[in-house]
Amino acid sequence: MEWANQLCENRQFGSKMTDSKYFTTTKKGEIFELKAELNSDKKEKKKEAVKKVIASMTVGKDVSALFPDVVNCMQTDNLELKKLVYLYLMNYAKSQPDMAIMAVNTFVKDCEDPNPLIRALAVRTMGCIRVDKITEYLCEPLRKCLKDEDPYVRKTAAVCVAKLHDINAQLVEDQGFLDTLKDLISDSNPMVVANAVAALSEIAESHPNSNLLDLNPQSINKLLTALNECTEWGQIFILDCLANYAPRDDRESQSICERVTPRLSHANSAVVLSAVKVLMKFMEMLPKDLDYYGTLLKKLAPPLVTLLSAEPELQYVALRNINLIVQKRPEILKHEMKVFFVKYNDPIYVKLEKLDIMIRLASQANIAQVLAELKEYATEVDVDFVRKAVRAIGRCAIKVEQSAERCVSTLLDLIQTKVNYVVQEAIVVIKDIFRKYPNKYESVIATLCENLDSLDEPEARAAMIWIVGEYAERIDNADELLESFLEGFHDESTQVQLQLLTAIVKLFLKKPTETQELVQQVLSLATQDSDNPDLRDRGYIYWRLLSTDPVAAKEVVLAEKPLISEETDLIEPTLLEELICHIGTLASVYHKPPSAFVEGSRGVMHKRLPARTGSGESTESPDVGTIAGGSGTETAPSIIPSQGDLLGDLLNLDLAPPTTTGPPPPTSGMQMGGMDLLGGGLDSLLGGDIGGSAAMGAGFGAVPAVMPASLNAPMGGGLGDLFDLGGGVGMPLGAYIPPKTVWLPAMKAKGLEISGTFARRAGVIQMELTLTNKAMSVMTDFAIQFNRNSFGLAPAGPLQVLSPLSPNQTIEVSLPLSTVGPVMKMEPLNNLQVAVKNNIDVFYFSCQYPISMLFVEDGKMERQVFLATWKDIPNENESQFQIKDCHLNSDAASNKLQASNIFTIAKRTVEGQDMLYMSIKLSNGIWVLAELRVQTGNPNYTDLEISVKCRAPEVSQCVFQCCEAVLKN
Amino acid sequence: MSHEAVRVDPDMEYLTPGVVDLEQMFWTGLGATYTHCNQVWPNLYIGDKKTALEKPGLVEMGVTHIINAAEGTWNNVSTEMIHSLFLVNPSGDIFLEKHWKSVVSRSVCDYFLEAREKALDPEDVPPVISTPHHYLISIYRDKLFFLSVIQTEVPPLFVIEFLHRVAEMIQDYFGECSETVIKDNVVMVYELLEEMLDNGFPLATESNVLKEMIRPPTILRSVVNTLTGSSNVGDKLPTGQLSTIPWRRAGVKYTNNEAYFDVVEEIDAILDRTGTTVFAEIQGVVEACVKLSGMPDLTLSFMNPRLLDDVSFHPCVRYKRWESERVLSFIPPDGNFTLMTYHVNAQNLVAIPVYVKHSINFFESGSGGRLDLTVGPKQTMGKTVEGVLVTVHMPKTVLSVSLNATQGSYTYDNATKVLVWDIGKLNPQKLPNLRGSLSLQTGAPKPEENPSLNIDLKIQQLAISGLKVNRLDMFGEKYKPFKGVKYITKAGKFQVRM
Repeated sequence: MEWANQLCENRQFGSKMTDSKYFTTTKKGEIFELKAELNSDKKEKKKEAVKKVIASMTVGKDVSALFPDVVNCMQTDNLELKKLVYLYLMNYAKSQPDMAIMAVNTFVKDCEDPNPLIRALAVRTMGCIRVDKITEYLCEPLRKCLKDEDPYVRKTAAVCVAKLHDINAQLVEDQGFLDTLKDLISDSNPMVVANAVAALSEIAESHPNSNLLDLNPQSINKLLTALNECTEWGQIFILDCLANYAPRDDRESQSICERVTPRLSHANSAVVLSAVKVLMKFMEMLPKDLDYYGTLLKKLAPPLVTLLSAEPELQYVALRNINLIVQKRPEILKHEMKVFFVKYNDPIYVKLEKLDIMIRLASQANIAQVLAELKEYATEVDVDFVRKAVRAIGRCAIKVEQSAERCVSTLLDLIQTKVNYVVQEAIVVIKDIFRKYPNKYESVIATLCENLDSLDEPEARAAMIWIVGEYAERIDNADELLESFLEGFHDESTQVQLQLLTAIVKLFLKKPTETQELVQQVLSLATQDSDNPDLRDRGYIYWRLLSTDPVAAKEVVLAEKPLISEETDLIEPTLLEELICHIGTLASVYHKPPSAFVEGSRGVMHKRLPARTGSGESTESPDVGTIAGGSGTETAPSIIPSQGDLLGDLLNLDLAPPTTTGPPPPTSGMQMGGMDLLGGGLDSLLGGDIGGSAAMGAGFGAVPAVMPASLNAPMGGGLGDLFDLGGGVGMPLGAYIPPKTVWLPAMKAKGLEISGTFARRAGVIQMELTLTNKAMSVMTDFAIQFNRNSFGLAPAGPLQVLSPLSPNQTIEVSLPLSTVGPVMKMEPLNNLQVAVKNNIDVFYFSCQYPISMLFVEDGKMERQVFLATWKDIPNENESQFQIKDCHLNSDAASNKLQASNIFTIAKRTVEGQDMLYMSIKLSNGIWVLAELRVQTGNPNYTDLEISVKCRAPEVSQCVFQCCEAVLKN
Repeated sequence: MSHEAVRVDPDMEYLTPGVVDLEQMFWTGLGATYTHCNQVWPNLYIGDKKTALEKPGLVEMGVTHIINAAEGTWNNVSTEMIHSLFLVNPSGDIFLEKHWKSVVSRSVCDYFLEAREKALDPEDVPPVISTPHHYLISIYRDKLFFLSVIQTEVPPLFVIEFLHRVAEMIQDYFGECSETVIKDNVVMVYELLEEMLDNGFPLATESNVLKEMIRPPTILRSVVNTLTGSSNVGDKLPTGQLSTIPWRRAGVKYTNNEAYFDVVEEIDAILDRTGTTVFAEIQGVVEACVKLSGMPDLTLSFMNPRLLDDVSFHPCVRYKRWESERVLSFIPPDGNFTLMTYHVNAQNLVAIPVYVKHSINFFESGSGGRLDLTVGPKQTMGKTVEGVLVTVHMPKTVLSVSLNATQGSYTYDNATKVLVWDIGKLNPQKLPNLRGSLSLQTGAPKPEENPSLNIDLKIQQLAISGLKVNRLDMFGEKYKPFKGVKYITKAGKFQVRM
């Protein structure tokens, strides 16, 4: 047993436990020995024993059993022993709250000690003991210490307030400690000021709305004075605090900048970066034509460069932040390209960051140097790095047009090396280059085709297949090449399968005569033999498309592709702004919004760059255009796909771009594909009249009978029905507007919840939407599109969501609709299929609009015409409905209906029944006539009867539903 | 209690909603209004953070225990900046842990150790790692990992700087920073850590201040302490801590007053195959060893301060004076410190002291290759180049080397594929040469990647940038100090592509 115990202990303490004399106290029996030693009379023995206890603690051993014995050693004049006991207490007090109380008296006494060191030590330790009962005793000593004559004690006490606040916030507020802390900002000692600022900042973080750090020109002045005199760590706190201040005008902003600039020469890199943050933020307010603005820009570069010669860990953080800075203000470092050149012994995480910044700084002026470097990197040992370098060459080609040719030739050189992963990576980026510069470099295709066999990575295979499909007409043996892939179709990854399917369809559309067999083969592989719904759906779509309308198929599949954007992974401007305000923080390292790092309240405070003020307004600059103070009037940021998305983009490019009126740039691929299906190709599939034109469809006999259910699924089926037009929000006047219902529940849309209704206001149909972000991340780039529908409803403008939607935010949007869109009969008639896109994905839902939205204002028919029409419409077109439990007399009903453009033309009373004759005109010109019978004599009989006559009897049901809804509300 | 708990009637008939219903409720927010705390079973409550933090309210409800079921990174109740510190040796053993608040289980290090496993070299472990509940920020220094656990949004540079300070402090106190030394002095390290950080706020990181609080161990002192029973913990408030010059303690006294300054420059350079400079810069540092009595006020001026592109100073340097006159004016800390670091990146100013003629060929057949290296002096300003050491990272398939060095000796480590050629002093008359054959693994193809060559060297009595100290003056004290300036140039990251 003994040896087993020994073994365990050894494992716990690592290999070299004999190195220290204190580590021998680990055997179980020795706890008792320690106990005896702790209770020894000899001071020296006691101290040694406590040291042994602490040593055990440092290696993670539980020595809490000795708590009472250690606490007994606390009352001593020996400072070292006292400190050691305090160390122990901090570790274990929480687990032994009742015992910890024993220590309170000593603490209180020590807070009165003549030696300031002991006073400070006591107040500091007490704050670290997170035991409720102790905090109550702490208040009085703390109050004294906050006003202690010795600044060392005051500064320790300031921190203690923050500790106490963390344990019991209410207590701190009740005791007025916050005010005392605020007073300390004006303390004569800069260290005390710094600690007070640090403590207040910390407390303020948990109370975002409290006005704790009430920054005004006076307090700012005090902070700036303290900044010069306090320690480096204090400077960091003060600078971070300054960054939250909003200067009143450009002059104040400049004066703060001037006083912060010396911090750029500090040896502590954290001070430097915090100073950079303050300057980057306040610079926003300076007019660009100001001399000082230029001076400041010049001053920022050297310290940033110097950060890159620090330890690699510091470099990494600096590089992540520089990445933000060069996106915001490329001019600062545009001449410093060389410092980002990768050194052989840089750690890999530094290498990758440098590479990224090199591409951001690449310009026509330095592209030759950059390319030479990148080519060098492409022959390094580290595979990840090499891949990234090859990819970087492609990004340079896309970014700097003049260099494209050189990049392509560099890539060709690399392909010649035949190093497998280099070739694959090169092919992936060449595909991007083709996208950016169509019809320019296709001469290299032959070289690429030579390497077809060596490609084993899905991404490279997919890229190659895309190239073959896209340029099928220029590659003589394109069919053979693609056919060779087809053999192992089911072993390929989805990415490759989808690409292969599309490429062969393209090939077929380009060379229909020779490739019919091939396309049939791939379609049947995709639709019949595959379990993958995406693949099957795409297969079906192509199949239907080709068999229904080959011309349309050509238009869709071979549509002109939008060019890919130059910068593939810029950070979205609003996020960038926020990150600039958070330079030096974890958020800036991860390039994620700060709200992703903090819980609840803290995340709500979004920091914004200040707006430029003062005289320099006239010089408008492009990069300031999007900055608009805190007023939230930012222009909608353009959509920039991240690098990852780019690929998807390419994969789906065969489909035409979306025709939204919203921001039109290339969006990430899957989304676009989805959009298109809805807008372009799919409607004809759903429209019902298949089988018409089969000009080319000789080989496309029977489309598989099973119409894939999944085709309907993304449209949301009858989701709208779930939330039917029930509910009962009364609208006293005006047209009836149904209450908003949830159309798109958040769980189906990655956190985006959409509810809405329709209204007709002053002749304009409006879709009123409530968008709620229930996800954790910001949503941006909203756009909307409708599928064809029965009455040609279409958005009359883009979806006006101007500012990004932050988590938990809700906004109301009103979208005017026109009725001139494409028409297709829906089932039910008033069904509307909608696609909403945001930066996350595209979401589909369907909803039903009350048909009364379509009732136009000039729907009042002449009596004579009414009579003639009524007679003219055959009787079988007449439908009868009953509205139960409606307590309205005929006049009230008539008024209500009128408000919704249902016009009463005549009224007559027959045998205790009021008969109302009404006419309705729909937006597409269809007239609907109705006869409403209201019982006037019998109060118990509250049902209304309505007869509807229309040339298009399908609308009757809808009209009735609508009348019922109007009358009952 | 500001938020009344919603009570539940145990006799009431109630159907538990299904998952779908719950999900629906959750997303639509219909059906239930938000309350901070609900009694879901007699004496069982579900509440939020607010409720959990209001202890008086909890007592009122009779709550005795709380189970934290909150998910996510920041759903805990802590605001401390640096929560814990772990020291980890290269084999992944944690040999010291220090917690500044509650104890964090060392299992949190598993995420780090995982990343360590993945990285090729210990240097390649990313310095910031996120885990579900914490962030781990680490540095690798002196073959040890200093790993800090943080839970709130903290400036990572702040943490990294602090960790380096810890390492420097250990180095300063015990002469070296190693596992053995730390284990031998574990209690003192622990005390020091406690002094350095309070509630996440760095307290005393200046070595002068620390040394007054906790005296560094010396053989003599430990003997005396044992005899007299006195301790090595200072019981006086450190004098420097709160003055406007926290870096200097009062009452310094020396019999020999001396001030030495070392100007050390490191050349970082990348040379391409043809020997052309791709990139070169100089990282300079002025290290000082000042042993002067009293409160001396020094000024140090350079002949050519405009050379410097960027400077960072020890806090003692008066920045305004530098801005206006380009003079370093300061009251120095006592003992060794870094006065300033600087940066020269105007490439034409960076002289490259050596050249390398190199050729490495692999036979097409793939069985082996040849290597031929010659090193010679280039721009040395007439000084001798010493301590020349060439390191070549060979392609992975190189199995062994058979070389002949005309000067110095070489070693080849097959595990790391590193060839080290220790040349020593460079003789311009007889250039050192290393040549011979390389043998590859049988069947291995011709290596694709180009090896890279790193050079180490030293030139005494020369600051390669040409920086020269003009004069050093002392004010404020009467005595005449002994002054000295030394220059040395070294290779930093000096890399030649082959």
